[in-house]
Formats: sequence, C-alpha cells, structure tokens
Amino acid sequence: MIRIVALRLVGALPNLAGVVVVTFLLTRALPGDPAAFFAGAAASAEAVEQIREKLGLNRNLVEQFGLYLRDLARGDFGQSLSTGQPVLTELVSRLPASLELTFCALVFATVVALPLGVAAARRPGSWIDHLCRLVTTAGVSLPTFFTGLLLAYVFYFLLGVAPSPLGRLDPVFTPPPPVTRMYLIDSLLAGEGTVFRACLAQIALPAVTMGLFVLAPLARMTRASMLGVLSSDFIRTARAAGLASPTVLYTYAFRNALLPVVTTLGMVFSFLLGSNVLVEKVFAWPGIGSYAIESLTASDYAPIQGFVLAMGVLYVLLNLAIDLLYGLIDPRVRLEA
Amino acid sequence: MNDAPPLLSVEGFGLEFRTRSGTVHALDGVDLAVRKGETVGLVGESGSGKSVLSFALLGISDRAARVTGGRAAFGGLELTRASEADLEAVRGREIAMIFQNPRTALNPIRRVGAQIEDVLRRHTTARAAELRERAIAALREVNIPDPERRHAAYPFELSGGMCQRVMIALALACRPALLIADEPTTGLDVTTQAAIMDLIAARARATGMATLFITHDLALAAEHCDRIVVMHAGHVVEAAPTAALFAGPRHPYTAQLIRATPAAESTIDALAAIPGNLPDLRRADLPACRFRARCARASARCDAPLPRLAPPPAHAVACWHPLDEARCA
Repeated sequence: MIRIVALRLVGALPNLAGVVVVTFLLTRALPGDPAAFFAGAAASAEAVEQIREKLGLNRNLVEQFGLYLRDLARGDFGQSLSTGQPVLTELVSRLPASLELTFCALVFATVVALPLGVAAARRPGSWIDHLCRLVTTAGVSLPTFFTGLLLAYVFYFLLGVAPSPLGRLDPVFTPPPPVTRMYLIDSLLAGEGTVFRACLAQIALPAVTMGLFVLAPLARMTRASMLGVLSSDFIRTARAAGLASPTVLYTYAFRNALLPVVTTLGMVFSFLLGSNVLVEKVFAWPGIGSYAIESLTASDYAPIQGFVLAMGVLYVLLNLAIDLLYGLIDPRVRLEA
Repeated sequence: MNDAPPLLSVEGFGLEFRTRSGTVHALDGVDLAVRKGETVGLVGESGSGKSVLSFALLGISDRAARVTGGRAAFGGLELTRASEADLEAVRGREIAMIFQNPRTALNPIRRVGAQIEDVLRRHTTARAAELRERAIAALREVNIPDPERRHAAYPFELSGGMCQRVMIALALACRPALLIADEPTTGLDVTTQAAIMDLIAARARATGMATLFITHDLALAAEHCDRIVVMHAGHVVEAAPTAALFAGPRHPYTAQLIRATPAAESTIDALAAIPGNLPDLRRADLPACRFRARCARASARCDAPLPRLAPPPAHAVACWHPLDEARCA
C-alpha cells in the first residue's frame, strides 16, 4: 500500500515538471509588462528599464527559466510584486483558507445531496424526486455570487443570525495558533471552543453558497447511479433472499452506486478549489482564488506560477486519494503503481 | 400424497403492468399447483409470463405491476394479500429463488461468503460466531471445492458455474420448502448446465424441497420435471405429467412447441418454427384465447371464454379444440 502510494507520487513528477514548464511559458506569454505595472504610471522609461533589469526580465527566456528552476529547487517561489510578500508565505496562509472552505462546502453538499439522491431514486416521480430535481436545477442555475449575496442579505442583514461576512474570523477573536492553518481544526486542537464556534459561524454562509452549487451534480449523479443499481440483477437476488429493505438499500445498492459519485466528488473538489473566486470576493475570504486573480490582472508572474504549481500538486494528491478510495469501495479495482 | 393440499396453489391469478405506453395484461387466470417434493416445469417462449409470475409470487415485482385478481396460497399464507414484512420473512426462508446469469445476480463487491451470511443473519437465530461456519457448510453442500477459501472470494474471481453454485448455496442456506429456479442454466456451458441441474435435483431430494423450474428449454424440462405447465402469452394453456405431455400434447401450442424442440434422432428439417408472434399484451381487446391468431384449429367457438383447467394431476388443457389425447400414444 505504502509502496503503491510512493510509486504513484514518483510517477506524478513528470506531470509536475510539465506544469512548471507550461506555466512559465504561459505567464511569459501574458499581455502586459510587469515592470511598467510595477513602476507605476508616472515612471520614466529609464526607471521601467531599471526595474526590468532588477527583475531579470531583460534576460532571454532560457536564462529566466534557469533562474526560476534554481529558486524553485531552493524552495523559493519568488516574490509578489504587488504585495511585496514572498509567494510561499502567501500560499501557506491562503491555501488552507481555501481548502477549509472547500472541505466545508463539500461536506455540506454531500450530507444534503447523497440522501436526497437516494430518496429520489427509491421513489421516482414522487414529491422527493421532484424536490431533488428542483434543488439540482436551482443549484446549477443560480450563480454563486448571487446566492452568496442573497444568503448574506437574509441571514446577516435581515435576520442577524450570521456574523458579518468579512473574512475567516471576527476581529474580536485572536486566530488559533497555526498548526494546519485551518482555523476550525487549529481551534479544536488548541481546545478553544468559542473560537471554533466563531469560525464555524463565519464559514457557514460561504460554505453553504459553494455547497449549493456543487450539490446539483452530486445529487444528480447519486440519483442516476442508484436508479441503475436498484434495477440490477443482484438487487433482485437480495430482495428474493428476503434481506431487509435497509440492508438491500445501503449494504447492497448504495455501496455499488458510490463509485460514480466518488468520481464526481473528486471533479467538483478540484473545480471548487480553483474557481471559488466569486465566493471569496463576496465574503472577503482570504483564499487562494482571489490571490491568483489579483496577480493575474497585475501580470505578477511569481504568484501565478506558485498558484498553478500548488494546484498541480493538489490535483496529484487528490487523484491519488480518489484512486485509493476506489480500491476501498470496489475490490475489482486493483491498484497499480 | 396427492390428497395433501399443495404447497403452492395459484388460482385465477392475474397481473398487469401500468406503463406509459398502455396497460400490459401480463398474466390472466393463471392456475398452478406445486406439491411438496415435486419438481414442476414452467415452460413457454420468452415473454409468456413465466418470470413475471414467479416475481409476483415472491412480491418482488416491478413497481408498475398490479395484481388484478386470483389467489396464491403458500402454506397458510395468502401471498397476494400478505404484508411486505410477512413476504420478506418468507422470501429466502420458505421460498427461495435462483436466477439466470449468476455472475450479475450476485453483488459484485461483496464476498460471496458474506452474501450467504447476510441471508443466514436475516432468517436464522445463528450467533455471529456460527455464521461463518454455516456459510462454509452451505458452500460445501453445493460441492464447491475448498469452501473455506471460496468464502472470501468475490464473484468476479469465480467462474459462471461456480457463481451459480454460490447462488444455489445462498438460496438453500435456510432450507426453503420451495425453490423457484428461473432459467438457472442459461448462460452456462452445456456440461456445467448438466452439473447444475443435477445439483438442484440432488439438493431437492436430500431436503424434500419442491422445485418450480422455469425454462424455455422443453428438453431440459422433460429430463428433470415430474409435471410440466405450459404458458403462452400470460395464460396457462396446458398442464400435465411430463410423460403424458410428451406422449400426447393436447394444446396446439404445446404440440408445436414440442415439434420446435430439437431431438437427437431427428433432422434439422423436422424442426418446425411456430408461426407468428405473441400478441401485443397492451391491447385492450385481447382475444379470449391468446393463441388464436397463431392457431390452425381456431374457430368461432374460440371467442368464448376458455374452459377452466382441470385440477392436477389430470392432463389439463385450456382449449376448445384440443388435440386427441391418444393421437401419439
């Protein structure tokens, strides 16, 4: 098992090398001149040229790439021009924020979507099936910034049950000592119950906003997959053997229906992680998506490269986790390195 | 023995499916009796309602199915009116069923031993520690070599014949009084077919179990059944002891079915296909005799409701113009 995981990780190295090369080339192909941007509108041509030299942008591509690789090997992701912070520092503080939000959104979506899909598949055409269809249609057709604003309006402004939608933690609290840098986990590790509750209250609305969006594909896949499995031969066998309905439904049908659901889960996870900028903007969430977008508009090379590389590593880990999960669910899947 | 009430007694059983494209009158006035220890063959071409009947008896019909009439008594239980809980308790314990395509009929991601244990746990009071032993014993009874090791196998690791043995072990684990075998040898090679049929017969003899053997293979039914019930388009058209049926089929459909069955001593030219198809069972104006359009003997009299079948063990036929009983004798 450990050997398979290790071999898989080694096998992913060429992919990551590809990511490094392609992002380097793509960022260089971006329109806009970072030196000019950095120098500001009032700067003279000489000043811009000076900055260009300082950033190494006047060298040829191969030299620039060599320098980039040398820095990477040292664990140096470069510096952001717009914030002046090292990219690594920013990634380390922002990535956990995005991960935390994404995990919470996925937990919410899974807890709602799976039972809904199962219930809909058990009684096609019933009210619960129609409810499932309504929720999935609404989920995909409502843009996240709209649901985000709506939820903030209703629960913060009108009802006043949610805290102000500004960031990860109300400023009256001190963030928990960083271990994983996910506030929910860190506050639990530190045993700070009130901070945990405050974090939870803060994350609820953005997580639900994102969760509503991914609920649709999950519920739909669960329903379709369950429908298929429930009409299969071995379910008929299980029923003919007189097994109790819950056993048939969960031990026999649901586990078999889970594979495509896990695939979908992996897809929405990777999708959420990189593309939740709108939710991060609406709730002032200091995540990695907004960081990447801001850097992109500023032609800030180093953060973009760092962001894409971090995502590449995450995708590799995610795919590995999903493959391992497959192996646990379905004995026919034999893991190969 | 014939005086004892039958184990399973179906009388005037009717069933229909409400579908979007109309109501399918799948079964109508079906009579069937299975006695203790007896092997009854239920034969007919695809779509004649054999499987539909067996699913309905177990209460595992498709959601669209509605029982329209008749009775189906098993022991003291009226199956058509029994609650879902009562049916669940009977299924697998009193009436067990095995299916065709054993590879897909077993849960693909659960060890076969665990699947047998699920049934034992549901229907017996066996303690957790005993379950494994009893599952292995069930596997041993169906002549699976090395049952301790096979207990931990997944269906995809076993051959089709081995999967069917597992199915039989699963079905017989609780010593049912009646086994419904729905085309149990379809999809298996010929030598495996014979082995599976012999195994079912041997287990039936050993436990005094009755068997309802559903097949479209008349030759196979002739070899293994005490009595044969012939179905056509949702009607039972003929029911007779096996020897009598083959010696002198009385319903024109049965006669044609026998002529359409290859025998070792006849040539391919002697095989006669049955003309026409099953009538569309969605029609609202189905004729009284659903074989009428395919029958050479049909007359105006066939518009009258079919004669009721005589009760077993008589040679019963639902036809106004039956063939002469002594014709072939």
